[in-house]
Amino acid sequence: MPAPPAPRRAARNGLVVLALAAVLIVAVFASFAIGAKNVPLSDVFAALTGSRDGDAVVVRELRMPRTMLGLLVGVALGVAGAVTQEITRNPLGDPGIIGVGAGGAFGVAAAIGMFGWTASYQYVWAAFAMGAAAGLLAYIVGGAGSGGATPAKLALAGAAVTALLDAFTNALVLLDVSTLDQYRSWAVGSLAGRDPELAWQLLPFVLVGLAIALLLSGSLNALALGDDLAKSLGTPVRRTRALGALAVILLTGAAVAAAGPITFVGLVIPHIVRSLTGPDARWLIPCSGLAGGALMLGADVIGRVVARPAELEVGVVTAFIGAPFLIAMVKRGRLRERAA
Amino acid sequence: MRSAARRPKVRVGRFGFRVHPRVVLANTGLVAVGFGLLVASLCYGTYTNLSVSQVLGALFGVGPDDAHLVVRELRLPRALTAVLVGVAFALAGALFQAVTRNPLASPDLIGISAGAGAGAVSTILFGGVTAAGAATYGAVPLGALLGALLTAGLIYVFAYRGGTVTGYRFVLVGLAAHGALVALTRWMLAKAHIDQASRAMVWLTGSLNGRDYTHVKWVGLALLVLVPPVLLLGRAYQLLQFDEDTARGLGVRVGPVRIVLLGIATCLAAVAAASAGLVGFIALGAPQIARRLTGRAEIPLLASALTGAVLMLAADLIGRTLFSPTEIPVGVVTGAVGAPYLMWLLARTNRAGRGG
Repeated sequence: MPAPPAPRRAARNGLVVLALAAVLIVAVFASFAIGAKNVPLSDVFAALTGSRDGDAVVVRELRMPRTMLGLLVGVALGVAGAVTQEITRNPLGDPGIIGVGAGGAFGVAAAIGMFGWTASYQYVWAAFAMGAAAGLLAYIVGGAGSGGATPAKLALAGAAVTALLDAFTNALVLLDVSTLDQYRSWAVGSLAGRDPELAWQLLPFVLVGLAIALLLSGSLNALALGDDLAKSLGTPVRRTRALGALAVILLTGAAVAAAGPITFVGLVIPHIVRSLTGPDARWLIPCSGLAGGALMLGADVIGRVVARPAELEVGVVTAFIGAPFLIAMVKRGRLRERAA
Repeated sequence: MRSAARRPKVRVGRFGFRVHPRVVLANTGLVAVGFGLLVASLCYGTYTNLSVSQVLGALFGVGPDDAHLVVRELRLPRALTAVLVGVAFALAGALFQAVTRNPLASPDLIGISAGAGAGAVSTILFGGVTAAGAATYGAVPLGALLGALLTAGLIYVFAYRGGTVTGYRFVLVGLAAHGALVALTRWMLAKAHIDQASRAMVWLTGSLNGRDYTHVKWVGLALLVLVPPVLLLGRAYQLLQFDEDTARGLGVRVGPVRIVLLGIATCLAAVAAASAGLVGFIALGAPQIARRLTGRAEIPLLASALTGAVLMLAADLIGRTLFSPTEIPVGVVTGAVGAPYLMWLLARTNRAGRGG
């Protein structure tokens, strides 16, 4: 398919951005209004303008912090997924592939089992720190040797780090039943019952990660051409890949800390977005953020509705939306093998 | 590549292979280490440490009764299960990785293990298996086997197109199945009674505790059935790893061969998981470690199988003796010991391409 001329492409992608932003805004309002108790939109607007009467309290005290957190996690995962797929040049690149998820899980299990930090505001930081450390370790191991961080080595190193940390996590939860009891409710992946301040605390990390990802997008485009060609175009390949990994670690670490392991958002979103915007990372990365936020909030709303008055955790919902979607994409031949 | 023509060539009927000194050395070394570990597994343990002569006496029916019981009824079946499960996991991993040409395509990551896990955990939950009810626990391996095979069947159906299953589609669909099933398993764990959750957690980690001759018999039978066809397809296995067109040009019927090999790998992984639980890392790590030990570009079947057995035996021995009398499940040790070793190999390697 011949690429449309540049101005038309830009105009089309501008429309994609507007459409995704509109979907995201709808998802935000749905997340304010829908839940165990539905709140009419008029009350939602009242709450937004400062009212504290009746249902407005529910919106202000519970749903706004939760929506904010979901937005943060979704945007972070969408962008992290797009960057991962660019730096590993692998359409299967999931931000969890470099071990951040397993690190976060180990952080939570260790915080509960070894230090007795059972409150979520305590163990989120352990999850964040360990997730980042695990990602860093995978990157260092995968980047050692003269070949540097080749995509396959990076992926294999991430799998080894994951295997190692999963072993430790399993040991911790097997040793102590009360650790298992706390850990298992985190490991489902949920936005419920989080500290209202959490989103604000994680925001700086996500903003730095987003900034790196956006500034890097031009170099990531060059990286997509292959390391040799990128080098000959004057792109600092190693530095680009290292900074990309840093952005992924910050974004995924924050997401894991906030919501636990959420699968598929980071894997599927960039593929959907790529089919709309084309492969240009300068469009792909911001649009993946918008779409990721919308998917995360949408999944959270679905989880609140399907099992009323209880709720289905968002981690289960994203998995059961994401898996059939991924399979459908494979069926339609949308994911082609890219030369590594 | 160094000249292959100078290597001595061995021919037995229609089967021929070249002898590579380093491969022979690696395999001999693995056999020696494996045998040493097997003997050590019989000597050391929780109740009593025995000398080699006591172990030999117990094996051949002389010596005191308690040594006889410990060696023949407790330690030997457990060690044999370790060997067989290690071989099965490693071969499954080698076949998946070779046929899909993807070092990450181990059953741990592409849905087969996750299917076994979901099957086992739902059996534990809905079958009402409790810590006390050892009798009902017998249903768990069946649940795992069923879960793994059902999942694999679904993956095949969705990845099938144009008369074959390409490695790439298989991995992608497997990845999707993996994600969904892991999420489902975690959800079941979170909703279960805590006793059942911890029971399920032991199984999900992988343990050889209490394995007896029943396990040896079933895994052994499965290997007897599943390994010979792999050997018959040995040449195709080697050619498939390099380039599909070359393989086709040399007369390999790529489509059917790939389906058969993937099917065998699935069964091996399912049987291994059903008998020892989801022991991680063996299927992922053993083939990669074996490749680096033999210094070959392709994934060696024999060395992978031996590496798997050695890893399992070593991990179980460490798990039983390190904090004795507290036992660490073998699945904890395989990851804790094997993964750093693979990381070291990865970091040390100076070759680029094909996963280092």
